[in-house]
Amino acid sequence: MSTASMTLPKSLATLAAGALFGFGLSLSTMIRPEVVLSFLRFQDFGLMLVMGGAVLVVLLTYQLAPRLLERPLLDEHFHTHPSIWNRDTLVGAALFGVGWGLCGVCPGPAIAGLGAGNWSLLWALAGIALGALVQGIRMK
Amino acid sequence: MNLSLSLFPLGWQHYLLGGLIIGSGTALLFVLTGRIGGMSTVFSSTWSYLVQRPFFQQGRFVDSRGWRLVYALGLILGALVWWLGFAGGVREATAVPAWQLLVGGFFVGYGSRLGNGCTSGHGICGLGSLQWPSLLAVLTFMATAFLTANLAARWLA
Repeated sequence: MSTASMTLPKSLATLAAGALFGFGLSLSTMIRPEVVLSFLRFQDFGLMLVMGGAVLVVLLTYQLAPRLLERPLLDEHFHTHPSIWNRDTLVGAALFGVGWGLCGVCPGPAIAGLGAGNWSLLWALAGIALGALVQGIRMK
Repeated sequence: MNLSLSLFPLGWQHYLLGGLIIGSGTALLFVLTGRIGGMSTVFSSTWSYLVQRPFFQQGRFVDSRGWRLVYALGLILGALVWWLGFAGGVREATAVPAWQLLVGGFFVGYGSRLGNGCTSGHGICGLGSLQWPSLLAVLTFMATAFLTANLAARWLA
């Protein structure tokens, strides 16, 4: 499975896509917890533009690519990831917001920030990893 | 007072451009590999290398853990390019205290995995594929984040 799904071109494509994502997070200063917190405190609405810009591009791509292409350029089929609404989604999203509001760091910036030398974000990264571990253990 | 300046005291162009580039990354991943590039799953899928419990050994984690780590590595690489090439190599730092990053991070990790998505999974990919459960999740975490951030500013400052 893993050898078939991780050919070199696909790995490079995934790396390049991640690099664009990380560059965008840095350029938009989302890797600065202070900027995220100033949005959450209604002092700077920039995060709306970041989110809006990203959603716009992804919306167009998710709609158009499967219509224009028979399959992805390097793979067999386009994936979908249906989201579901249940108690876990509600409680999980609410807890995620509490944590995000406390530290101003979400998973993407916690990872990307390291590339810009923000070592303090290792605390957030450790917290996120620990939280994901505890969540998985509690699910049995 | 100028409206744009009061909404965006630090300017707005870098926010919009950065957002478009973030979206382009997620879009590129989809066009080339067909994958949906949310970020928080990597924190569960990577534990599958170390933890043998059935939850972490699910196919959705084990089968995707390789590319998710590569995607995360790309994130670091992209930030490094920005830092060295566009930001003059001035090291990023934050004044948010370590305990707040750690405790906040714990809730971010626990909550995003329980709720199956974060700002990128529900926010960018979920809204980008017009899924109403993701919209509800985004509204939920925005509400609790606004509340927490404002209470924290009052009590912890």
